[in-house]
Amino acid sequence: MAQPMIDVRDVAKRFGDNVVLKQINLHLPAGRVLGLIGPSGAGKTTLVKSILGMEKVDAGTTTVLGTQMPNRQIMQKIGYMAQSDALYETLTARENLRFFGELMGVKGPALAKSITHVAQVVNLTAMLDRRVSAYSGGMKRRLSLAIALIADPDLLILDEPTVGIDPELRQQIWAELRTLKQHGKAILVTTHVMDEAERCDELMLIREGIALAQGTPTQLKQEYAVDTIEQVFLKAGRLQDENHSDR
Amino acid sequence: MRTIAIVKRVLREMLRDKRTLALMFIAPLFILSLMYFLFQNNSTSVAKIGVSNVDTSLVKALKNQHTDLASYGTHANAKTTIRQHNLAAFIHEEDGKLTVTYSNSQPSDTALVKQALQGGVTKLKVQALVAATKTQKRVLQQQAKVLKTVMAQQQKLQAAQGTTRGQTATVGNSTSPKAVPAYTVTSHYLYGNSDSTFFDTFLPVLLGFFVFFFVFLISGISLLNERTTGTLTRLLATPVRRGEIITGYLVGYGIFAVIQTIITVTFALTVFNVHMLGSVWIILLINFLLAMVALSMGIFISTFANSEFQMVQFIPLLIVPQVFFSGIITIATMPDWLQWLAHIFPLYYGGDALMNVATRGFGLGDVSGDLWILVLFAVVFTALNVVGLKRYRRV
Repeated sequence: MAQPMIDVRDVAKRFGDNVVLKQINLHLPAGRVLGLIGPSGAGKTTLVKSILGMEKVDAGTTTVLGTQMPNRQIMQKIGYMAQSDALYETLTARENLRFFGELMGVKGPALAKSITHVAQVVNLTAMLDRRVSAYSGGMKRRLSLAIALIADPDLLILDEPTVGIDPELRQQIWAELRTLKQHGKAILVTTHVMDEAERCDELMLIREGIALAQGTPTQLKQEYAVDTIEQVFLKAGRLQDENHSDR
Repeated sequence: MRTIAIVKRVLREMLRDKRTLALMFIAPLFILSLMYFLFQNNSTSVAKIGVSNVDTSLVKALKNQHTDLASYGTHANAKTTIRQHNLAAFIHEEDGKLTVTYSNSQPSDTALVKQALQGGVTKLKVQALVAATKTQKRVLQQQAKVLKTVMAQQQKLQAAQGTTRGQTATVGNSTSPKAVPAYTVTSHYLYGNSDSTFFDTFLPVLLGFFVFFFVFLISGISLLNERTTGTLTRLLATPVRRGEIITGYLVGYGIFAVIQTIITVTFALTVFNVHMLGSVWIILLINFLLAMVALSMGIFISTFANSEFQMVQFIPLLIVPQVFFSGIITIATMPDWLQWLAHIFPLYYGGDALMNVATRGFGLGDVSGDLWILVLFAVVFTALNVVGLKRYRRV
């Protein structure tokens, strides 16, 4: 079997007394979309940052593309979209793209070509030379996604990518993610929009730092004997609370 | 390569922010001009003195360009007269004793009165002595006629010196009937001229301070913005080295600091016609090093602030004390523990070097000690910054 894009083993993390992640195992091969779903504060972003090597884990290992994280060189192959838009507001979208492209090691004509391409993907071509301060929330989100795509990475880690994006554009973005997947890229998406969860190849439910369930959407629905992922999520949560009260 | 990308971005962001640019380049000029005019008229102040029952010769002796005398009755009350006529001081003479009451609401006026009083009294004493010497001269000349020997002449000379106790130079040639020579004083100034004001003397230090202050503020706040908007975290999700980020910042803001220094120094030299003994290049170098310390320190301090407001709170803590130890107040006369404290502030070294170069004409070698310490400050803070970024990414 091909080398996994992400391999997380027994990762645990706590901030002071607050346990954020408990024994998380996660496996993502190339050409798959993995959805991390869970309520806010579940530890999704912490897990994402641990995978990127930006957060120190207390136990366990995270491996990306066969290299144990943290590793600076591997970051060149990861396209990351943070939960909050981290953009330079006084610069134009093009300047933001160019800056992050340069940091990711994309140079010269390849960079110009890449800017044109990603702008098209997120439908920002007409607004490329406007300052980000004049952008709407949705436009900023799209620009952040474009930045994640700028270096044509093998692995995409998208933290809540479609917040504030209208349904039509959301369709377009998911279509693009599918195309990327078909080209052998691996995609890790965190979300709490349940209909997006249905589009993932595989899902992982996180609640209170614990991986409650893992599998394809169909598997999960069968396992919990419900019709929607939302119900899976609610049921899994209830079961977790009952287990807690037993202890 | 990545460093250049960061430098370009910092420059571009800065050029877009016209207000910050104006603050960095125009504010120092504005404050310098203001101070220039504030400290210009220090020689025209006049202290009003009230006199009562004071000997006319003394009143005459008290008169100079800084005093304005007015006579009051013998029984005038000092306190009320001062209040009624807004006097700086009130002098009353009784039985040859002078009683001076100072208003002291303006210490500078009090100083003027003291000066005038001292000068006046000395003037009177000298006049009295000169008169006494003249009488003595006559006596001695009579003696000389009696004892016409060389020995007697020598004795007479000794006697003359003994009685006058070296008060005036006229004693030496007591045999000559010449009048008291009027002394003409020629003054030479190493730095500046007789019109030098507080401003001229401390301008070099002020230059250093402005560079330090504005660079500290702007670099600190811009890195703080980068932290709070999340772009710093985002930056560190790319393969950029932590050192490249800090270097990019140092170079980017360093360029603005150099431009600011050049503008401010040129302005001071041309518009105010301030004269510097040492090389302007050394002045620029010192300011540049100060800017580098301010830059690395600003970035470092921004770690401890969560908002712009908290960043501004560091100004009274870290910037204002530096002014006290920059050389504007003489450090050599401070208590020992304060003198030791002075050594922890970068502006102490910067101010010392700037003063020495500008007002004493020191060369690069003479101030190299100060310069190396500034370099050390910058290096230490830069290293701390690179390590500090580990908080955001482990590698």
